[in-house]
Order: sequence, then C-alpha cells, then structure tokens
Amino acid sequence: MIERLQSLGFNTLSKLAALGRSGIFLFQSLVAVPSLRVGFPLLMRQLHAVGVLSLIIIVVSGLFIGMVLSLQGYTILVDYGSEQAVGQMVALSLVRELAPVVTALLFAGRAGSALTAEIGLMKATEQLSSMEMIGVDPLRRIVSPRFWAGFYCLPLLSMIFSVVGIWGGMLVGVEWLGIYEGSFWANMQAAVEFREDVLNGVIKAVVFGFVVTWIAVFQGYDCVPTSEGISKATTQTVVYSSLAVLGLDFLLTAFMFGDL
Amino acid sequence: MNQMAASQETIIDIQGMSFSRGQRPIFKDVSLRIPRGKVTAIMGPSGTGKTTLLKLIGGQIRPDSGRILVDGHNIPDLSRGDLFDIRERMGMLFQSGALFTDMSVFENVAFPLRVHTRLPDDMIRDLVYIKLQSVGLRGAAELMPSELSGGMARRVALARAIALDPDIMMYDEPFTGQDPIAMGVLVKLIKSLNKALRHTSIVVSHDIQETLSIADYIYLVADGVVVSHGTPQELLAEASPKVKQFMQGLPDGPVPFHYPADDYLQTLLDGAAS
Repeated sequence: MIERLQSLGFNTLSKLAALGRSGIFLFQSLVAVPSLRVGFPLLMRQLHAVGVLSLIIIVVSGLFIGMVLSLQGYTILVDYGSEQAVGQMVALSLVRELAPVVTALLFAGRAGSALTAEIGLMKATEQLSSMEMIGVDPLRRIVSPRFWAGFYCLPLLSMIFSVVGIWGGMLVGVEWLGIYEGSFWANMQAAVEFREDVLNGVIKAVVFGFVVTWIAVFQGYDCVPTSEGISKATTQTVVYSSLAVLGLDFLLTAFMFGDL
Repeated sequence: MNQMAASQETIIDIQGMSFSRGQRPIFKDVSLRIPRGKVTAIMGPSGTGKTTLLKLIGGQIRPDSGRILVDGHNIPDLSRGDLFDIRERMGMLFQSGALFTDMSVFENVAFPLRVHTRLPDDMIRDLVYIKLQSVGLRGAAELMPSELSGGMARRVALARAIALDPDIMMYDEPFTGQDPIAMGVLVKLIKSLNKALRHTSIVVSHDIQETLSIADYIYLVADGVVVSHGTPQELLAEASPKVKQFMQGLPDGPVPFHYPADDYLQTLLDGAAS
C-alpha cells in the first residue's frame, strides 16, 4: 500500500516537473526567434516539411469525410423531406468541428510524430549538443522554426480540409444523390455565419496548432536519448496531442457555442 | 605577480567542483588546472565522468558547487547568451562525430562560419577547403555524412570544430572504435593541430598508449576525484596501486574485476536449495 502511494506520488511529481519544464521550454522557444536573414529560409523549409507534405493526407481525409457526412446526412434527412439541408449540415459540421479536430489529430500523427522523432534523434546523435558547443542555440535554430511552422500550418490545413470536405459533400449530395444544387449551396450560405462558425473554427485550429506543435517539439527535446526513449516520446506526442485536442475541443465548443 | 603569471599560464581552472546525477556523486570537490597551449589528457576508467567534465567546462550542465573558470569567466554564473558567446572560443569533437545529417560535409564545416561570421561565400569556401585539407578530406567535401566511415566522420567533425580557430579544443574519446590507421591519423592530427593553431587541447580518453604519446600533462580521474596528475613519465613511474593498475591495464586491483555482489558460494547454494 505504502509502495503504491509512493509510486503514485513519484509519478505525479515527475509529471508536474515535466509540465514545468515544458512551460519553461515554451517560453524560451517563443523568445528565441532567429533573425529574419537566418530564420526565413529555416521557416520555409519547415513549412514544406510540416505543411506541404501533410497536404495529401489532409485533402484525401477531407474529401472522404465530406462524402460520408453527405451520405449519412441524406439518409436521415430524406425521411423528413429535408434533404435540401444536407449542404448546411455538411458545412456546419466541417467548419465548426470536424475540420479543426480531425486535421489536428491527423497532423499530430503525421507531422507531430515526425517532429518528435527528428528532434529526438538529433539529441541522441549529439547533434543538439554539438550545435550548442558551436555557439548556436538549438532552441533558436531547430525548435523555433519547427514550432512556428506547425502553428501556421494547422489553421491553413484545417481550412483546406473544410473546403475539400464541402466539395466532397457536394459530389455525393448533388452529383450522385441528386439534391438540387441551388438549394444545397443556398441553404449552406444562409446557415453558415462568418464570425460565429468560420472564425470560431479557425480559432480552434489556431489553439490546436499551438498545443500539438508544443507537445511535439517538447517531447523530442526532452526525450531520453535512446531508441526506447525516442519511441516512447513519439507515442506520447500522438497520445497527449490527441487527448489535448479532444479535451480542448469540448472546452472551446462549450465556450463558443454553449452560451456560457 | 605570481598569481597573474599563473592565470596567464592556466586557461581553465576548476576549483572545488562537485557534481552528482540524482543520488550518485560523479565529482567530489575536484580541482584541476589546464595549462594554456598544451595538450592535457583527462584519463580514467569508463563511467568516471570524463565526458561529463567536458560538458561542465562547456556549460552544457552546471555543477552542484565549485567554480569552473575559463579564462577568468566562471562558467556556471554566465547567462545563456554569454555562454553561447564563450562557446564560440571552444571547439569540441564529440565521440560520435555529431555531424548534421541533413548537410553535406562542406556545409557541416561551413556551418560555424556561416552563423558566426559575415564572410562572403567565396571566402567561406576557401576556409572550408583549408580546414578539410588539414584533415585530409578535401576530396570528400560533397559527400553526405551517411557516406562516410566512422574515422572520416570524426575527421570532418574535427574540421568543423576548428573552423572558427578556437582557443580551446576538447576531444571526447577521440580514439574509441577507430581502426589502427584512423587512430594513427587522429593522433597525428591532434598533435599537429595543437602546434599549428596554438590552441589548448583537452583530450578525454582511456586509450593509454595513444594518449601518452600526445599529452603534455595528464589528470587521472577515478571515483569522483583526481587520483593523480603529472607528466606521462611521472605517471608511468608512479607506484600507487590504483595508478599502476590503470596505466598498465591490469584486469584486477584496487578497481575490482567483479561488480559488488553477495558471496559466490552462497548464491550457488541458494539456487540449489530453491
């Protein structure tokens, strides 16, 4: 019993210590912005690695999710003769919820895990140490461009997800199931508000981008520099990011749409 | 006056430094002085914290107590920014080489020059080729680190470490895992670079013969303290059993062959009883 309590206390303390370290790490990374001359090419390279290379999975997932939403929505709404509302249902589900959440989950799996593994391996092969000894701050050179690239990319990917999803919904709803195109788009236009729906969705994506990238770069930087440590850190990135995204999504939704 | 002369001769002065990892003490009140312009070796059995000592000098970790003076600056007291400034005057050769795997050999050596100087590209090119020539790898400039052998990678890392002509060069186990030819090349390089560039070299190693052949002064570290120090000849002549065991590579002695364990016979009998 005492041993269990001891191990519970030890685990809690080490988690709290890690939380503290991650806070200090975040602060140091945010203030360690490289100069424009050095930082811009680094940021561009990371935008490509983190954003452009994630495009395929985002576009394909967005397309299928939009198509499935449209199909499911149609089978339910057609019983009430309201299949014209499929457009608004697809758009609202995507813009408010599915685009930011699913993009963040896919981003954590595709880009977040890659960031953790890359930084972790740099640590294990002493590349971060050698950079420090050359007199270059790895937070400035390695972490900061990756952090900002993730932060910028996620909202953009989420918007692309929404657009492609709506197009996929239109393909199934209008082209396949025969919903009248005019009412599909008109209902969507009437129901979706820019500030209430689109902007709130983007805000969610911004928050998720910040949290997922923070978790990913911190897990890489703080990992135990062994193959087992890197594997654990990569798994933790995906697990912690997914849980954080889902938990924060509920809080943000309650705050934005729950009239709190 | 004497003190001033001493500080001119000493580039690194470690005073009463202690460091521990968790509950395990690595250094207990260690004091040592690294003379300027010489090759000083830090030797000792594996796991005695020789690499940790280099990291403490480089400020990558902080001691629990004591002072580490590098040219008069106490490393643990320096801010993050000042620490990065002083590191520009230090070069370190890591055991693994630690080359940046996404850059070619040329770009690896050019990296410190690009980030710390505003030299035009053609001058950087010339400097990189001069450094690569000095380690005999000018022809490998366009290769990627994954295409290099272990010995070549370490020589490229050496070229990168000396790119900014540092005042202090630290070598972390430079001979470990090298074939005899690569080892001979590294011994020659450390010696000739120290002479040509007139910097101070600190070599952490447990390869006795190679280290003895290049070191001007040796500190022998074991169990968290400096066991002995002196010139190679002085250490070879020392009668202390601990020093003798290490210098002659004897398998048993004050440093026991066996890891501490219960009585051997009792362990076997316990197994038979159960």
